[in-house]
Amino acid sequence: MSIVVQEIEAPRVAGRRRLRLLTKRFLRRPMAVGGLLVALAFVIVAIFAPLLAPYSPGHTDFDAVLAHSSSKHLLGTDDLGRDVLSRLIWGTRASMQVGVFATLLAMVVAVPIGMIAGYYRGWVDQVIARLTDVLLAFPFLILAVGLAAILGPSLLNATLALGIGSIPGFIRIARGETLTLREEDYVPAAVLNGANDATIIFRHILPNMTNTLIVQATLTIPGAILGEAILSFLGVGVQPPTSSWGTMLQEAEPYLTQAQRLSVYPGVAIILAVLAFNVFGDGLRDVLDPRTTR
Amino acid sequence: MSAEPLLEVSDLSVRFDTDEGPLQAVDRVSFTLAPREVLGIVGGSGCGKSVTCMSLVRLLPQTAAVTGSAVFDGVDLLALGPRRLRRVRGREISYIFQEPMTSLNPVFTVGDQIGEVVRRHLGLSRRAARQRAVELLQLVRIPAPERRVDEYPHQLSGGMRQRVMIAMALACDPKVLIADEPTTALDVTIQAGILDLMREIRERLGTAIVLVTHNLGVVADIADRVIVMYAGRKVEEAPAEELFAAPQHPYTVGLLGAIPRPGERQERLEEIPGRVPAAAAPLEHCVFADRCRFADETTRTQVPALRAVRRDHLVACFHPEADRAA
Repeated sequence: MSIVVQEIEAPRVAGRRRLRLLTKRFLRRPMAVGGLLVALAFVIVAIFAPLLAPYSPGHTDFDAVLAHSSSKHLLGTDDLGRDVLSRLIWGTRASMQVGVFATLLAMVVAVPIGMIAGYYRGWVDQVIARLTDVLLAFPFLILAVGLAAILGPSLLNATLALGIGSIPGFIRIARGETLTLREEDYVPAAVLNGANDATIIFRHILPNMTNTLIVQATLTIPGAILGEAILSFLGVGVQPPTSSWGTMLQEAEPYLTQAQRLSVYPGVAIILAVLAFNVFGDGLRDVLDPRTTR
Repeated sequence: MSAEPLLEVSDLSVRFDTDEGPLQAVDRVSFTLAPREVLGIVGGSGCGKSVTCMSLVRLLPQTAAVTGSAVFDGVDLLALGPRRLRRVRGREISYIFQEPMTSLNPVFTVGDQIGEVVRRHLGLSRRAARQRAVELLQLVRIPAPERRVDEYPHQLSGGMRQRVMIAMALACDPKVLIADEPTTALDVTIQAGILDLMREIRERLGTAIVLVTHNLGVVADIADRVIVMYAGRKVEEAPAEELFAAPQHPYTVGLLGAIPRPGERQERLEEIPGRVPAAAAPLEHCVFADRCRFADETTRTQVPALRAVRRDHLVACFHPEADRAA
């Protein structure tokens, strides 16, 4: 009986109240909240990097090469006497940029394509699905590395490569959601009110899949962050002397035996950022998806 | 009915291409709709009444082959290009679905959704559209329209949502309103309210209404004229009062016999034996022959033509009540 009552009551919760309810549900997940806080911290660090970093990332202090932590250099310095903390902070900016913009790029390109496939079905869908399959046939990293190698190494090109690599996943999701949503009664209702296809796709269907897209985005961002680190480590991403977590790892590699800390700091940053976004995304999915409501 | 008809449907046939082969859903149905008229289309499940209406606004899937013509305002709806079709839909001919619970988009307010229609068809500004939405909510008798206009569909009850759907359908003063089982999903008291509303709309706005239902009570309540469909064919057509007073087709007689009457104790309601035939092609005999008490050799070998047993009263039967009484 109580189940029935809940089913009737749940959809009646309105706009602002729904937000409050979702917030409450989200706050009950300590992992997700932690993930959100850490992710937010990284974003803030990325935005305010110039203010937070004690030194400029290129500043060299030849009196302290490969120095240990001190009051002058909190996390020590690297082989060129550059402040590790400052480079880490500036590296956060590069990583977040790539993560967020690659995801945005993938969304902007993939969502309309996926929706068109799902809405029109038929041969349009067939063509798009096959092309998506071709993209998916390449492992994400191989595809990204290949693209980055073709485009040439730079932060922008790494973003492009990782964005393109994330496109097929978004296409699939947008297509699947559209296939479901186009069967909703409000779609023929809109058709019979004289709406054209564009209105139906973007005004009636798109807003109903924002939850799913947001969740997919929070899970794509860490992938792109990790991808940036790998591309930069392999030398096809951000180029030295620009600082990013990947380039820091690459530069630290020759000193693995003498100064492991140079690898540890960016490594920990990558792990923390990726974990934070993933945990936050997972929590968000649980909260937004009514089927997992507990 | 002497007035120029608003909508003239002739020989409308619909055939679906399904995985199990073709299926004749509607077979050469013709009817007219006069201005301000309420036309009821009744029949059991699968008799083609909804398909008939959906074909008029071209909502059928690609697998449906529609033939015949439906002339509205001098143009054949079945031959209209997509652009002109969109100008007719929601502007000249509106449609109300059975399911008010899901026909509204959950992420927009009621006002936004009504507003969208008038902005599209009448080119109103955002502000004017909102004003119009409030007026329309008032028209369909939703209390506190100023407040309701900013509410989301899930904040409204089923009856209210159906009123919103009607408001949206009426937004551009359409000439024809097609209501496909508008009250079926609602409980009885709400049903009565919606029917009152539709009657009032006809009186005040002069909208002609095509009302599809399987509920004869609803038809008796509101329709001027009734078409009875069976297995994709029109089997009887008469003014509402006449149909109930003197049904001619054995199927109509059977339908009326199956209505429970309050106050009368009956052991068991009358039923019509047998099942509705599903045909791959137009049947070359009376569609009701298998279930008819009066079936004979003629019934099983020929298609009965529609004939007038009285003025405005058509029936497709070899043995209508009128003949048997004589």
